[in-house]
Amino acid sequence: MKIHEFQAKQILSQAGVPVLKGVVARSADEAATAFTQLGSPIAVVKAQIHAGGRGKGTMIEHPQQHGVQLVRSAAEAAEVAGRILGSHLVTIQTGGEGQLVRQVLIEQGCDIARELYLGIVVDRAAARPVLMVSSEGGVEIEKVAAETPDRIFKEHFEPLAGLQDFQARKLCQSLEISGPSAARAAAFMKAMCRAFVQYDGSLAEINPLVITGDGEMIALDAKISFDDNALFRHKDLAELRDLAEEEPAEVRAGNAGLSYVKLDGNIGCLVNGAGLAMSTMDIIKLHGGQPANFLDVGGGADTDQVTEAFRILLGDPNVKAVLVNIFGGIMRCTTIAEAIVAAYKTVGFNVPLVVRLEGTEVEEGRKILEASGVDIITAAGLTEAAQKVVAAAA
Amino acid sequence: MSILVNRETRVICQGITGKAGAFHTKHCLAYGTQMVGGVTPGKGGTTVEGLPVFDTVSEAVHKTGANATMIYVPAAFTADAILEALDAGIEVIVAITEGVPVLDMVRVYDTVRRSNATLIGPNCPGIITAGQCKIGIMPGYIHQPGRVGVISRSGTLTYEAVWQTSNLGLGQTTCVGLGGDPIVGTSFIDLLKQFQADDETEAILMIGEIGGTAEEEAAAYIQQHVTKPVAAFIAGRTAPPGKRMGHAGAIITGGKGTAEEKIAALQQAGIEVAQSPADMGAAVQRALDGRR
Repeated sequence: MKIHEFQAKQILSQAGVPVLKGVVARSADEAATAFTQLGSPIAVVKAQIHAGGRGKGTMIEHPQQHGVQLVRSAAEAAEVAGRILGSHLVTIQTGGEGQLVRQVLIEQGCDIARELYLGIVVDRAAARPVLMVSSEGGVEIEKVAAETPDRIFKEHFEPLAGLQDFQARKLCQSLEISGPSAARAAAFMKAMCRAFVQYDGSLAEINPLVITGDGEMIALDAKISFDDNALFRHKDLAELRDLAEEEPAEVRAGNAGLSYVKLDGNIGCLVNGAGLAMSTMDIIKLHGGQPANFLDVGGGADTDQVTEAFRILLGDPNVKAVLVNIFGGIMRCTTIAEAIVAAYKTVGFNVPLVVRLEGTEVEEGRKILEASGVDIITAAGLTEAAQKVVAAAA
Repeated sequence: MSILVNRETRVICQGITGKAGAFHTKHCLAYGTQMVGGVTPGKGGTTVEGLPVFDTVSEAVHKTGANATMIYVPAAFTADAILEALDAGIEVIVAITEGVPVLDMVRVYDTVRRSNATLIGPNCPGIITAGQCKIGIMPGYIHQPGRVGVISRSGTLTYEAVWQTSNLGLGQTTCVGLGGDPIVGTSFIDLLKQFQADDETEAILMIGEIGGTAEEEAAAYIQQHVTKPVAAFIAGRTAPPGKRMGHAGAIITGGKGTAEEKIAALQQAGIEVAQSPADMGAAVQRALDGRR
């Protein structure tokens, strides 16, 4: 689960990570009030959307306006917020249609001496979290990783023990931070690692992490996402979720216990199991088609879920044909066959449906489909199914 | 021979009184697995499918001589269940449960790796030695005793692969689903080592997917240490990049993890890579025909 920058900063601030004073505004008037309230000669207006690259991104409705801008008066804050709010911000991560901005963060300005990078993820290969820092802050970290990987320094840590003092000292040395700033940097790093573990983070990124002229360490930006599997023990985080930032069909699928990712093609796919679902997309492409989605109905889907899955698939106007590929294990082919027939009748299909069934109770499942009189194109194997659905969508 | 489990393996089910635990215990029994009991805290003294239920794994091991376990407890309690099995001296721990928090697995992983036990999963279909012992949720009938060892990160895609090898008459020795989570107990390399040492396994089929670097590491290991023919398939060639990977995730792997890079690494190691998921069985056949 992703959250907004201002929410991430609230969480980090509580965990002892220094952030600047800021106020969220949802209108130009609120932005002016916020500027006055901050009482700082300069402030920064920052569009709040889940995607990154906001500073370089521009508004569709105001092509000259970036998603982050420095302002020097309440009037200017109102003017900038007025252009950003209610407009769509296009960044390298949003796609061409952009993301509607509903709120901006008005934050104090600060005196920046150095810009660093700090990130925490779980390193799958090492099976533990890793803290990464770089002297190259404020730029795209992927670029640093590709071009100058020696500028990125890493320390793995135990979740319960947290980052050790010596590890912080090593990282400070690598970043050439010394004196009083080193102690502040160590405290910053340790607080970040603690917060990551406390909230079951899957990614935490501070870019840039700035050192001010006075040697203070401040999280100028903050991005955190959480492990969805751990949300059950963080009830307080649930209210931070912003459904408006998520793809509506994906939210709908999630509510029905389905795993769905929308893609750009025209062949809808309904599959059980993530690996088989990915492979189904692969084989469609191999035979010249384009998948419209990834959809895993999971191991125990019932008629209601399959019906909902069909509704979601057919709700995509690009879909010209649908492929159902089920290898029954826990899921019986009879269950899926009955669900297909029921869904076909209630949803109302307007595109060809290709069905390939294999596995548990497959013969009975095929009989149910045949006996139903429903207009289905059946396929015996994976290749045949892909060929038939690509032909049907053409 | 085979690896890890066979007809002598004595299996308990942790979470046997739950719906999934009871259902799959029944199917494992029907396959011929030596299920000897189950564990659900607070339900000791009852029975499920005629098997005794115990309050603790330790008691179950003491009274039944179990040396393997199949875990179906809810995700919030899975880490504890794995550690309990480990503490009781269970040798093969199969965690089927999906949705286990990643940091829970970080805490469990080191303890498991320091022991002599093998943890398979979590979020996996389990392990099966064809015709002898099924511990997991896979449909038993698609398997056929034979020559191929199967290692996979996927569930249903493994069934697809197994089905193809059965239809070609190749059959399987042991099939293992490693699990789809970021941190799982067993790696491709752990099992490649065992299949290489197993007399009955003549060829190995490896099914990977995008993300992480496990397949690349396996390819390097195969080049060095595996003399048996190996075939592979990588799922997710057409998956959109960055959908589930955060920025920092791409950094830690040095930009690795795409299907193309994995396929290139596998081919470079002399592995027969199936281009289509419909071609996995045939790829094993080709690997066997061109045996080194």
